[in-house]
Amino acid sequence: MSFLIRQTLIYAVPLMIVALAGVFAERSGIINLALEGIMIFGAFMGVMAVRLIQQWGWFQGAYSAGNWVALQGFALLVMVISALLGAAFAMLLAFAAINLKADQTIGGTALNLLAPALVLFLIRIIVNQNTLTMASGDSASWFMIKKSMFGYGRTEQMGFLGQSFVDKVYPATYICIVLFIVLSVLLYKTKFGLRLRSCGENPQAADSLGINVFKMRYAGVGISGALAGMGGFVYAMTTANCSSNGDVAGFGFLALAVMIFGNWKPLNIAGAALLFGLFKCVAASYASLDINGDGVYLLKQIGVSAHLYRLLPYVITLVVLAFTSKNSRAPKAEGIPYDKGSR
Amino acid sequence: MSKFLKSDGARTVMASLLSILIGLAAGGVIILLVGLSNPDLSIKSIWEGIRLACFGLFSTGRNAAGNLSFGFNPTSIGNLLFRATPLIMTGLSVALAYKTGLFNIGAPGQYLMGTMTTLFIALSIPSSSANPAFAELMGTTGAATPAWLVWVLAFLGGMIAGAVWGAIPGMLKALLNINEVLACIMTNWIAANLVTWAFDSSMLKNSIENSKLGYIYKTSFNGVETAKLGLDKVFPGSQVNAGILVAIAFAVLVYILMNKTTLGYELKACGANRFAARYAGIRDKRNIVLSMALAGGLAGVGGSLYYLAGNTEFFWSTYQSLPAVGFNGIPVALLAASNPIAVIFSGAFLSMLDICGQQLTALTGYNEYITDVIIAVIVYLSAFALLMKTLLGGRAKKAAAAPSEPAKAEAGKEKVAQ
Repeated sequence: MSFLIRQTLIYAVPLMIVALAGVFAERSGIINLALEGIMIFGAFMGVMAVRLIQQWGWFQGAYSAGNWVALQGFALLVMVISALLGAAFAMLLAFAAINLKADQTIGGTALNLLAPALVLFLIRIIVNQNTLTMASGDSASWFMIKKSMFGYGRTEQMGFLGQSFVDKVYPATYICIVLFIVLSVLLYKTKFGLRLRSCGENPQAADSLGINVFKMRYAGVGISGALAGMGGFVYAMTTANCSSNGDVAGFGFLALAVMIFGNWKPLNIAGAALLFGLFKCVAASYASLDINGDGVYLLKQIGVSAHLYRLLPYVITLVVLAFTSKNSRAPKAEGIPYDKGSR
Repeated sequence: MSKFLKSDGARTVMASLLSILIGLAAGGVIILLVGLSNPDLSIKSIWEGIRLACFGLFSTGRNAAGNLSFGFNPTSIGNLLFRATPLIMTGLSVALAYKTGLFNIGAPGQYLMGTMTTLFIALSIPSSSANPAFAELMGTTGAATPAWLVWVLAFLGGMIAGAVWGAIPGMLKALLNINEVLACIMTNWIAANLVTWAFDSSMLKNSIENSKLGYIYKTSFNGVETAKLGLDKVFPGSQVNAGILVAIAFAVLVYILMNKTTLGYELKACGANRFAARYAGIRDKRNIVLSMALAGGLAGVGGSLYYLAGNTEFFWSTYQSLPAVGFNGIPVALLAASNPIAVIFSGAFLSMLDICGQQLTALTGYNEYITDVIIAVIVYLSAFALLMKTLLGGRAKKAAAAPSEPAKAEAGKEKVAQ
């Protein structure tokens, strides 16, 4: 059970944070189909940063000394880097969509094509293979929290809560959750959030009240890019052993589905992300899932093909969308370039 | 002459050519930057990389002195035609959907479903000209079905499978109002998983050739392959076959359908404004499903033609990746401004970039992904193709507001065919 909770969180949190990235863009009026591309870009940049910093030896002392607090600082630093670069990458979309009034779907598709191409081009030149990994060690030994860090022995148990939420987790997961809450408050309870959302509903009215629609949309896409870039790195760090191969397995698109399923509202999105995380977790590790801890691997014993579990998240997305699409309420002005002169 | 230059068609062509030039320039700049920052790559190799990225089609390898040599290379041109075949089909798929106001990002899934059905039919119906080892393994020695019949069945099967796979997002869009982009993305991944599952539990995994583990048998094992019609004599050493002619025929058919028939007019009317079309007595829901099914069928044919060639192999464990040919249908259609005849040329152009990428990987320290970067830049530019067109026409002011008008009609959900 603890294993299931841990794994579900690992998959759910990147989905959650990237879905929130989608919300920020769409609430400001820009459809961000490029979430997948920005995630790929952020994952690559994050892994590259980890690699370079390792090669420069900045945190080697902390690693040898087992100073896990400093190593978490390292992870946080890289998260900030990938967020900044993700925001920078998203500016390509913002510029096309806001200043040039381009078709946002095509613009987003362009970034989705550009990111894996650029990333693979660079990876092949840097390491002469298709996967960029850390310079030394693995993701777990550098960034994971383990019970031994709190003085527990090899055979000692931390109790249910400890096993589920402290042992073998990445603190980045919790940082993302805190960020999710903070940004949701920002979007719904502050003046800035209200202004941003008004640009996605009725930009003409917002403009008439003195709000700079272009600036707000840039802010929306910028925050969106930062979250997606960071989410990409967190995904790479927690599920792909901190490696980048120009692919995030469609997580950016799943996040879009989570956003629509969650009806563009943070609380619903968190719930939807947990549900999807659970399915992803089952798909990835159904064979080693021991739900009630009695040593029986139920899902494996049913004997259903692994392919079915991999297929399920996507089928369920479609089914869920089919049921919820009638009630879904997208921001009214999303996808429409803002033109001051129009009525 | 100046009137011609200001005409809509001429400006579209010029906008596309400009996109291509900027895309190639961007690729060159990236090669330059990477080359300068990487000590392993010399100035000479940067220059070689840029030349190959642009003119790799005419590359004939390296001469005795170790310098790049260029010239007429019939093998490359034959391969260009061969690789253009699926690109033209997926390009037609995206173009047809785009003309009817739908963004078909589901071409990879439709292409995969077409591929799967084609391969299953082409390899499961024993033909009279099958490879003896293959027939013995399958227990079908002495079968009497002529190979051409199997070819036709497999081709039709691929087309139908693609059409069914395209119709699903179409129905979700028409009946439940689910955004077709999202539905297509999900059906893509479902297709990738389904195809892997189907082949994993089939007998079609290549177990005759040891070096081909992980691949499905070539259709030529069952004696099924597309006729060459002498094209292999014209382009010796290449993979070219009559598939390219089939693709061109499809382009002409789509052109006739969209521009000369009532059905095409109705489809386009739905794309321009679904509700106005309904008001005019056009069945909008049926037409949305139909145009997605047609688009899916075209993408499915792409998969059929590519894998019926007899010398292509399908890597079956594809659940983590989608075929690039499917996504590249988008730039093909955009470069052609969704004109079916122009798709033939833009498909050939993308296929040329493909060849350039191969030459780049083979001859320099760079790799083929730079061509994908060039393609992405071209897509990015075509997102504001209208703006470029108006700038080229020198009438920027008048038409500056135009791009936003159609989008407004339906809250940005529907796109109007240009």
